[in-house]
Amino acid sequence: MPITDRRKPIAPLPPRWSTKLLRWFAAPDTLEETEGDLLEMYAYWIETVGVRKARWRYVVSVVKLLRPFARSKRLEQYPRTYFFSHVMIHNYFKIAVRNLLKNKGYSAINIGGLAVGMAVAMLIGLWVHDEVTFNRYHQNYDRIAQVMQTQDLGGDVVTQAKSPAPLGKELRATYGDNFKYLATSTTTANHVLSFADRKFTKKGKFIDSDAPQMFTLKMLSGNYAALQEPGSVLLSESTAEALFGKENALNKLIKIDNDLNVRVTGVYEELPYNSTLANVAFMAPWQLYISGVAYGIKNKDNWGNNFVEIYAQLADNTDMSEVSRKIKDAKANKVGPEDFVSKPEISLQPMSRWHLYSEWKNGVNTGGRIQYVWLFGIIGGFVLLLACINFMNLSTARSEKRAKEVGIRKASGSMRGQLVTQFLSESLLVAGFSFVLALILVFLILPSFNEVADKKMGILWTNPWFWLAGIGFSLFTGLLSGSYPALYLSSFQPVKVLKGTFKAGRFASVPRKVLVVLQFTVSVTLIIGTIIVFRQIQFTKNRPIGYNRDKLVMVDMPTLDIHNHFESFRSELLETGVVVETAKTTTPMTEKRQNENGFSWKGREENQDKPFATFGVTHEFGKTVDWKIKDGRDFSKDFADDNLAVILNESAVKYMGLKNPVGETITWGTQPLHVVGVVKDMIMESPYEPVQQTIYYIAPWPAYILSIRLKPDVGNSEALAKIETVFKKYAPAVPFDYKFVDEEYDAKFRMEERIGKLASFFAVLAVFISCLGLFGLASFVAEQRTKEIGIRKVLGASVTNLWQMLSRDFVLLVIISCLISAPIAWYALHSWLQKYNYHTEISWWIFAASGAGALIVTLLTVSFQAIRAALLDPVKSLKTE
Amino acid sequence: MKRTFLGEFEEVVLLTVAILGEEAYGVTVTQELEQKTGRSVGFSTVHTTLQRMEEKGLLSSKMGGATAERGGRRKRFFTVTAFGRKALQEVKQVREELWNALPPQTLQLMGG
Repeated sequence: MPITDRRKPIAPLPPRWSTKLLRWFAAPDTLEETEGDLLEMYAYWIETVGVRKARWRYVVSVVKLLRPFARSKRLEQYPRTYFFSHVMIHNYFKIAVRNLLKNKGYSAINIGGLAVGMAVAMLIGLWVHDEVTFNRYHQNYDRIAQVMQTQDLGGDVVTQAKSPAPLGKELRATYGDNFKYLATSTTTANHVLSFADRKFTKKGKFIDSDAPQMFTLKMLSGNYAALQEPGSVLLSESTAEALFGKENALNKLIKIDNDLNVRVTGVYEELPYNSTLANVAFMAPWQLYISGVAYGIKNKDNWGNNFVEIYAQLADNTDMSEVSRKIKDAKANKVGPEDFVSKPEISLQPMSRWHLYSEWKNGVNTGGRIQYVWLFGIIGGFVLLLACINFMNLSTARSEKRAKEVGIRKASGSMRGQLVTQFLSESLLVAGFSFVLALILVFLILPSFNEVADKKMGILWTNPWFWLAGIGFSLFTGLLSGSYPALYLSSFQPVKVLKGTFKAGRFASVPRKVLVVLQFTVSVTLIIGTIIVFRQIQFTKNRPIGYNRDKLVMVDMPTLDIHNHFESFRSELLETGVVVETAKTTTPMTEKRQNENGFSWKGREENQDKPFATFGVTHEFGKTVDWKIKDGRDFSKDFADDNLAVILNESAVKYMGLKNPVGETITWGTQPLHVVGVVKDMIMESPYEPVQQTIYYIAPWPAYILSIRLKPDVGNSEALAKIETVFKKYAPAVPFDYKFVDEEYDAKFRMEERIGKLASFFAVLAVFISCLGLFGLASFVAEQRTKEIGIRKVLGASVTNLWQMLSRDFVLLVIISCLISAPIAWYALHSWLQKYNYHTEISWWIFAASGAGALIVTLLTVSFQAIRAALLDPVKSLKTE
Repeated sequence: MKRTFLGEFEEVVLLTVAILGEEAYGVTVTQELEQKTGRSVGFSTVHTTLQRMEEKGLLSSKMGGATAERGGRRKRFFTVTAFGRKALQEVKQVREELWNALPPQTLQLMGG
């Protein structure tokens, strides 16, 4: 067999560069034998044709064998590790599940904590969604606006949604091409609707015929033209059902306030609760109001009386702010000098801002509920962050336990990327479980949350955005909370880990400590916030209100039935023996409806013309509400000229600068009135605001609110039943809808109480989540130091010593958190309190109490683990491993 | 199965592999060809042909053990597969049929 000559170990080597070329560009599958074969051939060629030719042939062969684009076709001897191998990902999840099941306690803390955090974030997300989608029901949402008026009232710049009635006509006449629809409307107020013997007090509006189309009401019967004739009325679905039951409502004749005869020309679908107009139960034509109602007839052309609301839908191709600028002087151009003084400016408030941006100061919008949207959004974010921190903390703390696993995985060929994937898939699994658990939690909590938040939210099962957000958000949480352990664990060096020389460094626990501090800072801030919100509510509730609100009942009487026979009504009521006194007023005790300026008195300064609240009453008013006369006397029928008497409150005396107010004369327009007395300030509208200067006068016109003081020793239901009989006798057409003043007064705190409740709810959860994390960490530390504790015990340490040792670290961290959170909380709440004119002070003990509370909770959490560890039998603990 | 067309060079290489038996790999095949045919054969041509015929299924190959010479690089040994043998048989048969069909006087003229 012609075998190659084999005696050439000294044979010169072929050109190196060509060999390299071969290695780079030859077909990878056959590289090894090709290289070997070529070397052999080279030796053979040197033998047969000489070195020079051999080199040449070698190079030529190499060039001919280059296959720069060839890829390996065969499986390699050792399979490569693929980054995304199906089997490995399967394995990751298997290991993850095993790990979760192995450490049930930690898994529960992890999943539970994260689920609670997610549930809170979800609830807040739903709440925020509900707030920002307010009024979206109306299809022309983007094009609808409300007309606002800004006036300078004796130095106070006031912006309100009320305008004079002729402004609507003026806008249509002069600026009409900017608007597609315009609707002048009364404010939503109680009216009595009656059909045969059925009567109900319902809130409603008298509004222009453009309204149904503008607000895109969904008509169940009738059409958008339903309000065009003056004698028509539109009912909401529930109103129609209340009045007519299952019968067809269309074309039925009903009465408004037992006076106006109208025909039902349409029924519209109930507006959703998150619509500004949700409480409007019927709409009657504005035309009817200015032709059939005395107040409307009198004021329809009065530029000086701001009592209507004007809604507008912009014409296509017009810009909201531009139109707003155009109509700025719509009122100023038309009014006489007496109204021009207040420099009225008209503007448009877009529908998208009605709900969230409703507060004005000095003519500038200062937000409103949007602040709470932000506040709760931020709180939700923080609670979620706390839950993520728990997860990261526990995972890193336990990483040493898994260091060996990482070492073995790396030794058997895991790439770092694979380890990262493994730990991320673990945290994704936990996040997935938590998401499902959070959904269940939200489902269970939502009804009570709705009650607290005064909402009717549901989980948006069918909304793709909800799922997208929910799942995206779990992915995000999983990745975020898994990222730290993933990167940290995968950076271990296998040799060190497996040899056992791996030690988490001195500073390995620093990030963990920072996270604990962050957690407790948030929790303590929330605790302080909650305490202060509740103190503010309590403080305001305790404010003296100037009259006695117990057993005081208010009844709306929108018709004149009782008014016309008031004296006999009153004496019959007193005869029942359950009533102390009764009076009529123009305004409910808990509201402020009339604001007037144009008063003059002796010693008035030139520009002193801030509006007074005016309160029309009857002679019995003082006795009914039990006000406190400070100076002078109450109204009395013994004085014939008391019809022109007024009583001032203390604020009015102060504002007017009167030394001896009793006996002074005040001129209202042209009418002189004499002051007979001064009463203590009575809170009317907002318990947070200072009481406005107020004038109480004997109402020369119908006063529609009836106030009745019940006898203190008579049961409410008994008294009301007797009153109702008398009431029915005089006003059979009016439903007897009464309200207790104390309940109405308490309702003023709903908003703040709601915020307080929500804040405390979140604070409790934040503390809970933080403690859960702390509990996990403490048990981990105790477990880690088992041997140390054992040795200490053998050497004579007492349980107290050990407890101190184990708790000290955590207590220190919580103290640091308290120190950080105090200024943050102070700053945030100080600015919140500034919103209220009448507010509590932030005292140091609140911080001390919150800090102490946090410390106690921490100690309880940690002590459980610490004492358990300290009580362990040292023999057993030293035998571990 | 339709007939496989072997190129002339392929046929020669295949035959050589068959001749060399256990010892057939790139170098031996090249050298054997050179010596038997006397013509200068490029190594790269032989290598490529071997690869191609393996892909066609005429040859199979497996890696040998590590070797002391050539820097420990292993050799790829080729053997003729059943399909390869059949192809060779067919080629031979065609040739023989053609030779047999040659008229005797022409054969004489060629000096056969």
